[in-house]
Amino acid sequence: MDLIRLENIYKTYHLGEVDVPVLKGVSLSIKRGELVALMGASGSGKSTLMNLLGCLDHPSSGSYWLDGEEVSGLSSDQRAMARNRKIGFVFQSFNLLPRTSALENVMMPLIYAAKHLSEREMRTRAEGLLHRVGLGDRMDHEPSQLSGGQQQRVAIARSLVNHPALLFADEPTGNLDSHTSEEVLRMFQQLNAEEGLTIILVTHDAEVARHANRVIRIRDGVIDDDNARITDPEIAQVAVMAG
Amino acid sequence: MHAVYRIIRTALHALRRNVMRSVLTCLGIIIGVAAVIAMMEIGQGSSSAIQSTISKMGANMLMIVPGQAQASGVSFGNGTRVTLTPGDCKAIIDECPAVKEAAPNVWSRLQIVYGNKNWDPNQMYGTTPAYLDIANWQLAAGQNFSDHDVQEANLVCLIGQTLARELFDGDDPVGKELRVKNVDMKVVGVLAAKGASMTGSDQDDVIMAPWTAIKYRLSNTMLGNVNQSAVAAADSLTAINTLNGLYPSASLSLYPTPSAIQAADAPQAVRFPNVDRIYVSARSAEEIPAAIRQITSVLRERHRLRAVEDDDFEIRDMTEFTKALSSTTTLMTNLLLCVALISLVVGGVGIMNIMLVSVTERTREIGLRMAVGARARDILRQFLVEAILLCMLGGAAGIIFGRGSSLLVKAFLHWPTEMSIPAIIAAVFVSATVGVLFGYYPAWKASRLDPIEALRFE
Repeated sequence: MDLIRLENIYKTYHLGEVDVPVLKGVSLSIKRGELVALMGASGSGKSTLMNLLGCLDHPSSGSYWLDGEEVSGLSSDQRAMARNRKIGFVFQSFNLLPRTSALENVMMPLIYAAKHLSEREMRTRAEGLLHRVGLGDRMDHEPSQLSGGQQQRVAIARSLVNHPALLFADEPTGNLDSHTSEEVLRMFQQLNAEEGLTIILVTHDAEVARHANRVIRIRDGVIDDDNARITDPEIAQVAVMAG
Repeated sequence: MHAVYRIIRTALHALRRNVMRSVLTCLGIIIGVAAVIAMMEIGQGSSSAIQSTISKMGANMLMIVPGQAQASGVSFGNGTRVTLTPGDCKAIIDECPAVKEAAPNVWSRLQIVYGNKNWDPNQMYGTTPAYLDIANWQLAAGQNFSDHDVQEANLVCLIGQTLARELFDGDDPVGKELRVKNVDMKVVGVLAAKGASMTGSDQDDVIMAPWTAIKYRLSNTMLGNVNQSAVAAADSLTAINTLNGLYPSASLSLYPTPSAIQAADAPQAVRFPNVDRIYVSARSAEEIPAAIRQITSVLRERHRLRAVEDDDFEIRDMTEFTKALSSTTTLMTNLLLCVALISLVVGGVGIMNIMLVSVTERTREIGLRMAVGARARDILRQFLVEAILLCMLGGAAGIIFGRGSSLLVKAFLHWPTEMSIPAIIAAVFVSATVGVLFGYYPAWKASRLDPIEALRFE
């Protein structure tokens, strides 16, 4: 069964008098357990698509089934509940709460999600996840005392605390050096392989996308190329362009 | 309950992340609440101090004067009727629960001689020992005369400071004998200084003695103010009345003159006593109206007044004076309270300011919370609770500071202060209200943020 199914999604922003169409009829489906990279240059509609997929925004027209539920027509509160139950987010800039311990950061989403859990259960769950991402000995550290890679791992633990079906990683390695990037990406692959977690990596970096099993390219608001694997010459080409 | 605890903990955590700013934010509320508490306590203290001063000046005191006599439409003025008796006084003490003490009062004005000096005191009071309590008058030396002295009409007296100065000139007056109308009168005590009265007369220019002594042994007015039968009786005993020649009506006898045997068989009391005034002290200022009611009913009954008849006496109190003074303090307290409340509002505006800054600064946090599933109302609640907590903590600190400063004022300036529970309750209530009022707008603003924009905010 498809975890995500988009049908003919349009999104148009109204900037004063001018209508700016950003997504022009996107259809796509993603199965459970896939590790997908969503690629596109800036201005291609990649971010808009991610916001729609992540239930942060609603489309102008079209249908979106997430986990068997039509979510395109939900109110903002209902979308908040959907994000809470089904989606985890990892951001480029980590977005950890400052002056708050790693443990508290990981527990934070549970305040809104799992009101039935006791304090102890919350703590146990968060501790388990921090152990999983290899930060079992840093639970009391505040973000300022952690390296970039460690911070991103805390963010990953936080995104998993609600047991989401879908994990969004928006440029997860954008602020990391190549070595830590590799570590973080490995972790995504591992989560995907071991737990069957569906992960969508949003990136413009072909090197990152190479870790995915499927690459969806978007250009000018439509899907340009689906199910492509990144080839080595392409990486070389990207490297040349970047260089 | 659990949810409430979690919300408060989250809010406390957020406040702890920036302790310095939280404290500075609270400062306005702290100062405001402290000002309110201190004002209330000082205000309450001074108003009860004024109240006790007033009651020392005799605010609990009531004065009963006889009514006015009228003949052929001519009014003779208040006090011209002779209706009050020492019996009335005793009945008031015995039958009126709101009355603490009562003392009869007769006046006279006589020259006092001591050695080669003489003085004509402004007031010569004949009264009972209770009068000193009623008028709240202390003795500077010696002791009060006794009820026994009143009964026996003993020639003893208390003198005021002016008299002591004029007649004794530094000597100890206690135990000395004055001469009044060629009668010796022993000084048993000296009254403490009382200064000028509210109308400006010298209250220390006074001599006090048992009323019986003044009335029966010193004053000329012994039989001047008694009723007809008393005059008749007196006539029959003394047969000296210089007015008889002028007014033949005085000799008009309604009853046959009793023979000597009849007179011996049924001796008539010649002391038909009346007093000029009765001073009464109520148990407290609040009981004055009750005391007035009780005295009125007792006296009407004793004077056998029918329902259609007016009172033949008048009761005066100092209510107006008390009211004037306490309304002044109330006004001052309220004025200061207004100023304090304004500072509380300013504190609230400060909280709103900082909360707005805080919302801007924490935009990304808000975006993140929304991304992980916080609804608009969760965000609203979080910021509102933060603002209220700030105000409540500020209020608590303000109460402590306010109490502290009022204690300091008491300790160093010796101003009377009094702990005021309503002020504390009001302070808690007001600071919570300020929190809600001024915390709502920033919280609402936070909840209206778009998660996408908020996450992208730099």
